[in-house]
Amino acid sequence: MTVTNAAPIVTRRHGLPEAWTLKSYLDNGGYTSLRRALAMPPEQITQEVLTSNLLGRGGAGFEAGRKWGMLRKAQPVYLVVNGDESEPATFKDHMLLENDPHQLIEGVVICAYAIGAAQAFIYVRGEFALAQERLQAALNEAYQHGAVGEDVFGSGFTVDVVVHPGAGAYICGEETALIESLEGKRGFPRIKPPYFPAAIGLYGAPTVVNNVETLSNLPWIVENGGAAFAALGQGRSTGTRIFSLSGHVNRPGNYEVEMAKTTFRDLIEHYGGGVRNGRQVKAFIPGGASSYWFGPESLDMALDQDVVGKAGSMLGSGAITVMDDQTCMVRAAWRITKFFNRESCGQCTPCREGSGWVEKVMRRIEEGAGREEDLDLLVDVLDNIAPGLSWPPQQTTICVLGPSIPSAIMSGLRMFRDEFLVHIKEGACPYG
Amino acid sequence: MAESTTETVTITVDGKQVEAKPGEMIIAAAERAGVYIPRFCYHPRMRPVGMCRMCLVEVTGPRGPVLTPACFVPVADGQEIVTDSPKVKKAQDGVLEFLLINHPLDCPVCDKGGECPLQDQTLAFGPGESRFVEEKRHWEKPISLSDLVYLDRERCIQCDRCTRFADEVAGDPLIEFVGRGDHIEVNTFPDQPFSSYFSGNTVQLCPVGALLAKPYRFKARPWDLEQVESTCTMCSFGCRVAVQSSANQLTRYIGIDSDPVNHGWLCDKGRFSYQWVNSEERLSAPLVRKGDELVEASWGEALAAVAKGVKGAIDVHGPSTVAVLGGARLPNEDQYAWAKLAKSVIGTDHVDAQMGDGLPASVVLGLPRATIDEACAADAVILLAPDVKEVLPVLYLRLRSAAVDGRVPMVELSPRSSGLTRYCAASLGYRPGEAAAVARALVANQSPTAEVGGVSVEALTAARQAIGGASRVVVVLGRPSLAESAESVVEAAAVLAGLPDARFLPALSRSNVLGALDMGLAPGVLPGRVALDAGRAWWSQAGAWSSVPETAGLDAAGILRDAAVGKIQALVLLGADPATDFPDRELARQAVVGAGFVVAVDTFLNESAKQADVVLPAAGFAERPGTTTNIEGRVTRLGQKIVPPGTAWPDWMIAVELAARLGGDLGVETVEGLWDEIVQFAPSHAGASRAVLADRAHRDGLVLPLPFAAAAEPAEEPAEPMDPTAAPGIAAVEAPPADFSTAPAAVEKMERPGMIEFRAPADAAPLPQLDSYALRLVVTKPLYDDGTLVQHSPALAGLAREPRVRANHYDLDRLGLGTGGRVRVQSPRTSFVAEAEVDDGVPRGSVALTFGEHAGALIDVSQPVIDVRLETP
Repeated sequence: MTVTNAAPIVTRRHGLPEAWTLKSYLDNGGYTSLRRALAMPPEQITQEVLTSNLLGRGGAGFEAGRKWGMLRKAQPVYLVVNGDESEPATFKDHMLLENDPHQLIEGVVICAYAIGAAQAFIYVRGEFALAQERLQAALNEAYQHGAVGEDVFGSGFTVDVVVHPGAGAYICGEETALIESLEGKRGFPRIKPPYFPAAIGLYGAPTVVNNVETLSNLPWIVENGGAAFAALGQGRSTGTRIFSLSGHVNRPGNYEVEMAKTTFRDLIEHYGGGVRNGRQVKAFIPGGASSYWFGPESLDMALDQDVVGKAGSMLGSGAITVMDDQTCMVRAAWRITKFFNRESCGQCTPCREGSGWVEKVMRRIEEGAGREEDLDLLVDVLDNIAPGLSWPPQQTTICVLGPSIPSAIMSGLRMFRDEFLVHIKEGACPYG
Repeated sequence: MAESTTETVTITVDGKQVEAKPGEMIIAAAERAGVYIPRFCYHPRMRPVGMCRMCLVEVTGPRGPVLTPACFVPVADGQEIVTDSPKVKKAQDGVLEFLLINHPLDCPVCDKGGECPLQDQTLAFGPGESRFVEEKRHWEKPISLSDLVYLDRERCIQCDRCTRFADEVAGDPLIEFVGRGDHIEVNTFPDQPFSSYFSGNTVQLCPVGALLAKPYRFKARPWDLEQVESTCTMCSFGCRVAVQSSANQLTRYIGIDSDPVNHGWLCDKGRFSYQWVNSEERLSAPLVRKGDELVEASWGEALAAVAKGVKGAIDVHGPSTVAVLGGARLPNEDQYAWAKLAKSVIGTDHVDAQMGDGLPASVVLGLPRATIDEACAADAVILLAPDVKEVLPVLYLRLRSAAVDGRVPMVELSPRSSGLTRYCAASLGYRPGEAAAVARALVANQSPTAEVGGVSVEALTAARQAIGGASRVVVVLGRPSLAESAESVVEAAAVLAGLPDARFLPALSRSNVLGALDMGLAPGVLPGRVALDAGRAWWSQAGAWSSVPETAGLDAAGILRDAAVGKIQALVLLGADPATDFPDRELARQAVVGAGFVVAVDTFLNESAKQADVVLPAAGFAERPGTTTNIEGRVTRLGQKIVPPGTAWPDWMIAVELAARLGGDLGVETVEGLWDEIVQFAPSHAGASRAVLADRAHRDGLVLPLPFAAAAEPAEEPAEPMDPTAAPGIAAVEAPPADFSTAPAAVEKMERPGMIEFRAPADAAPLPQLDSYALRLVVTKPLYDDGTLVQHSPALAGLAREPRVRANHYDLDRLGLGTGGRVRVQSPRTSFVAEAEVDDGVPRGSVALTFGEHAGALIDVSQPVIDVRLETP
């Protein structure tokens, strides 16, 4: 029941009985790609991934193959898997970890082989208890099976994989904060330059940090070739991708669809069963809490990274949240702001202090104690957090959390200024 | 175009072309070009973190001008930097507004008010008003981080300076950020106070009033403070300090960033030692013994009594029955005056500034000397020294940084682990007394095949690897333990001196002890690092001395031994308290009782002074001008900020008066005159005139002897300006006043004597066999001890810990003892019961104590090593 003919890739085994076990995985073609990969020269794998144009699925959408190619030539090289999925309304990696951990492990070993890493770490969000359990169990099975560890499948290639639980901070999804956390330090993002962990990463060594979904695509790409992947989708947005659909839809959930050829409307109406109670879309968030919102006029926009980017927002983590016509936009923006305020790591002054300030102002407006001048104040304070208020941000704090703070409030103010004014004039939230 | 040795890049700062060093951060390059970029988290001595965002400037890159943090973005050729555009101004306004929204603005009751970078930069770069109408964040104020430091979290701006300092510089990562977002706070870990020897630096570094020194809190307003540059003399490292005072009371010391020495850091002992100067218990009038009591007397009366006592000894038994013990705490000029008084006027060579915890003057002065910078940039460092973290704390910081940041391999020869052990490539825990054997194995051509001096083959091999191939080795040399003889250490030093190009950094920690050796306050030497015989002709003919003793005198132990049996008739204690300060307390007590006539020249009525016949009150730190000499031989100027209590005199003045009353004449009447005479005649001090020392280009002082050609020439470029936010509160510090109205006369044409050269002494006597029930004693000095000055500094007095009997778990297990158990320590001399502590940093077969009453009772300086037994009480 897809809109296009593309079959799912990373979710194709989901729903099989005990899909997370080695037995199920092997029964359904598991670890054949790894055997195939180990017979290929490492560079050829990188080339396939380049050909596939697989974009990172964590949020920034950087080409995975290019990231590998940027590694500083030094030993050791580390592979770090970002499974700290914490962006509100994003729950795709969670499902991949719980339902098909072997697919990830296979992807990890393929990647490690391609980049020459003898050690990989899978950093899993602390709250994902079942995911950690299944991933660790799968990893133990994979070691037993010879797919991980010394001399993988007799190829002479050796890699160790460690599962590392996070400790509950959104910021540790930021790759340099994740690396700090992995090193046993406080999860503070690192200053850039160096811009990429590929130059100076874990323990100062060249490091590739890839998202769970990104690496879960590798077995398929090795099996079918990068060109087959690139044949799906359009432009730079190739292959399929999981979108986490949430909010006021009848069937929220994860849907793996062909990129660029599917639209937001397809996703919401075809897959999500439309807005609940027959209501209308008032606005939707196209790419996670950090992204600028769209109105119903953008529903026919393609799920294409560049198209969404040009329209002033981003596909981000692939989390689409639908808000129906009964939603208070002030409250929605305040709730998102509150999240960023809680999760700011506290390093950079503008993010640390600014997030708290705008959160307090937003709460005041929502609670009916707003002042008209608060609206200009919000814009100016947000501009001090992220000068220029542009997307993608022109200047950032150490990481991009700070520049993400304005998205919700600015979306609300630009699209629904009247609603803010009603709150202020009536001294109460019109939605109660 | 002329070839330059260092490449530079050209950048443009506010339209001005500036040469910058590749790799240099924009903020530093701009500052050298005279453009100050505001900052809070940036500190020139620490890793940039880019947290406060105050230093945003516009840098033109491929995407056009972009706001960029100047603190961690390095310069690049052709970079265009604008620091004053509307965009930059808005960013600065924004950051300052953010910093202030949750700041309590309780400036009227804040110690930092008036010297606060947050205040100053708000005035210079901030918005005029705040638009914040919400409730500010609240914290309990203040909380105690340690015995010395409070934290007011409401004032904190999260710049990471204190936490970075604790982790990166001090190596004591005991404070850390806790929490997230705008509820982030600095705090300690549960039940682990910020008990760092360097905690006071965080107060100095704090750009707001969040970190407060307990002894200074609410004591003064910065604008009421006067200040002068000086050098801390609590140890011999020579940290530069701004000494601050108000109403003739010292209020605070702040570290000055001296590049070759302390980098702006101070230890807490030094920082808070101003308290003893202010003590109510300072001696303020001379005391003369009347029967069992010491009663106040006039200076005339007291000096007459001293002259009578000393003269009496000379007249009846000759000058060699007079001895002068101590003097390490005096400035160079005062030491010189006392050396001249003792050796030329009185005629005795029984003079020793070292109190049995040092090394022979001929060794210290004769070995090729290394500077601190040379040690930190050496190919390898060998530590044969006391625990420098305890006795030369800021040297510890410098060496730690050399090991951690500079990757200088270090090898430690030590009978117990030290603060630096964890940074050493190898730590050779030798059996007390056997350092020389270990040193031989370390430098031998053949690899070791068996244990040497208690050190395993593995440890020796690791150490040999660490120093293997090193061509510039620096040995940090001092006494690793007070319970082994100096001879055994000298023998080991002689072995290490055989390494090619080896240089030595003395780890003698006693205040101005290196100055004392240079000034001749030691047996067998004359001022200027010359031996008695070699310098006799020079000093008595050209050098304005009337005479020079015929034979070398006794060291401290010898003086005390002779005093105990009455062979020393008159004993002058020059800022010395042998009863608590000499390792062998039994001998010291006997000596003070046995000497017929005892004079104490001191700042406090200490244990020994209480036994004296005459007590003369001396001026203390910051109460007199002068110069001091550090471990490198670096001479720096001391600043006077207050007047001494009562009628206390500077020590040199006492020497001048006494000389006159003994029928002699020191020939000088001012501190300046004394220095002129030193520079004129002391071979090591040639060229270091007052004018040269006072030159601002030499604000870090001069390492003596000066290279021949460089003497009297000003340095190439003046010292860099101080960053006002790096150490808030010392922007206006002034150099001590200098007076050049008198010029020294030309030196007579006569060949100066050569300075002492090291000659390996005869090997130390063989050690007694360690019986299988005994443990060999190690005694070390702690930073906070039961000494007079610490005990008269209320903030520090309580930090001295009850000494514990520390031994390896193997040795304590045999007695069924663990940490906290009671153990009896038995030696031929004494026996006592104390608390035991399991410490595997003490090798098997040894037992360690910190110096104090118990350890002092165990030590018998006539023995090369001390063996004791441990028993359950």
